[in-house]
Amino acid sequence: MSTGSTAAWLRRVVLGVPYLWLAVFFLLPFLIVLKISLAEAIIAMPPYSAVVEWAGDRLRFTATLENFAFLLSDRLYGIAYLNSLRVAAVATFCALVIGYPMAYAIARAPAELRSVLLMLVVVPSWTSFLIRVYAWIGLLAGNGHINNLLTGLGLVAEPLQLLRTDFAVYVGIVYTYLPFMVLPLYTSIARLDWSLAEAALDLGATPWQCFRRVILPLTRGGILAGCLLVFIPATGEFVIPELLGGADTLMIGKVLWQEFFNNRDWPIASAVAIVLLTLLLVPIALFYRYQMPGSSSAAAGLLGAAAGGEARR
Amino acid sequence: MSRRWQWLVLAGGLSFLWLPIVVLMVYSFNESRLVTVWAGFSTRWYGELFRDRQLIEAAWLSLRVAVLSASSALVLGTMAAVALTRYGPFRGRAVFGALLTAPLVMPEIITGLSLLLLFVALSPFVARGMLTLWIAHTTFATAYVTVVVATRLAEFDRTLEEAALDLGATPFRTFRDVTLPVIAPALLSAWLLAFTLSIDDLVISSFVTGPGASTLPIVIFSSVRLGVSPKVNALATLLVLAIVLGAVASWLAMRRASTRYRAVVVAGPK
Repeated sequence: MSTGSTAAWLRRVVLGVPYLWLAVFFLLPFLIVLKISLAEAIIAMPPYSAVVEWAGDRLRFTATLENFAFLLSDRLYGIAYLNSLRVAAVATFCALVIGYPMAYAIARAPAELRSVLLMLVVVPSWTSFLIRVYAWIGLLAGNGHINNLLTGLGLVAEPLQLLRTDFAVYVGIVYTYLPFMVLPLYTSIARLDWSLAEAALDLGATPWQCFRRVILPLTRGGILAGCLLVFIPATGEFVIPELLGGADTLMIGKVLWQEFFNNRDWPIASAVAIVLLTLLLVPIALFYRYQMPGSSSAAAGLLGAAAGGEARR
Repeated sequence: MSRRWQWLVLAGGLSFLWLPIVVLMVYSFNESRLVTVWAGFSTRWYGELFRDRQLIEAAWLSLRVAVLSASSALVLGTMAAVALTRYGPFRGRAVFGALLTAPLVMPEIITGLSLLLLFVALSPFVARGMLTLWIAHTTFATAYVTVVVATRLAEFDRTLEEAALDLGATPFRTFRDVTLPVIAPALLSAWLLAFTLSIDDLVISSFVTGPGASTLPIVIFSSVRLGVSPKVNALATLLVLAIVLGAVASWLAMRRASTRYRAVVVAGPK
């Protein structure tokens, strides 16, 4: 075999193997979810009717939109979707308000400190997600650390109900997703051309004007990336509302889980997933559209910065 | 923002990130069964932890799945990263890129459900358990590996590879002798990242696993649902320590390698 054909063969393998893997284990499963969302629930294993069947001489399609009609008719689902979007949006906003000053401060810190500070932000996100949510149970519980502190100081007479509330869910989301907000923000702030800010200040802008009219617009890419990296997964979050939220904290991730594991209604669970994906289509498309070129996507910024430990300009 | 404000903000943010973890770790040494009331120093929960057979078995399963899937994700992700950064435009590149990034943003609950439905459809051939855990973890970890390795490949000085090719090295040899040594630290961090993602995963694993194959997060989750327990604190402390040590080690390796790379490639050989 000549080297030329070996090279072509190698190229095909290098591209083909991961492509095939993702097609089979990522793309194909979504098509199956779509298919099952059009099926009927039956008592069997697997518990759904066939959508495409070989009826002796031809293929027979028996798709139904009943699952989607059911999602529309039962208000519970609508409320759960709206509630998830609202909780994710509020938590994303809080994470931005906390994360932006942090990212700004790291970007302005002395160069030799920056990589250490970044590590301090990233490492918690590498420790177990479940453990970090669990940590807040101990903090927020009725006999937890925060209530002990508050009653100990005499600030409140009775322990506050903190755990099993929407507030706890917000805290949980902001806490676990904050690093995903800070890193893309940091990447975009560190790339900023500071002479523009200096020019604005020299020309008489107040620091606030300079921030609002110069720095904020220039870091829009990082803001968008950070917000999407928090908002998209937070909308489908299951663990946080399950462990920190109350019985009345209705979020769609929890609903999907219950439909699947408790009610064993696979078609409805699939329909819930399809609608959730449709709702997230716009944010996901935005995420792809605005992936920063070069050290590219926000995720790359996140992991690259984390792995490299320093800003690349 | 003035200097002082910046430091204040940073100190506040970092304590928000670290205090809950530190409190959790401190209370793993608490004598009392009540997690939140201090009753003296004790290591008894660590003893109980190591006597809990269910937890040990789950940890062992998680460890095996994590090593396997991090390794396979490293191979797949590195191939994908090479294809993305070195092959120029090819047909289906946009779809390929989208497929590679999708697991980074997709809500886990959707990925988990869809993979399980695939495995059910394949059920005569695929037994749910360690095999399906391995496939699922490899799939999402590949996305992260690709991003880390592609970032490193993108900033890599391509003239070195071109020189090797011009001097008659085969593409494989060029990769092995030129590219691999330079991206090795990135490969190490990518592997560690894939490993931590795998060992940490709860939602996707809950969907795809079969009877008898409970990973560590699945066991922790079912115990945490019933309330806090000092044993979980002890376990968490060990996990956090392992991850912090791993992170610091890979960071140091990365830094040393990047200094060396700069010294040799940027400044030129002595």
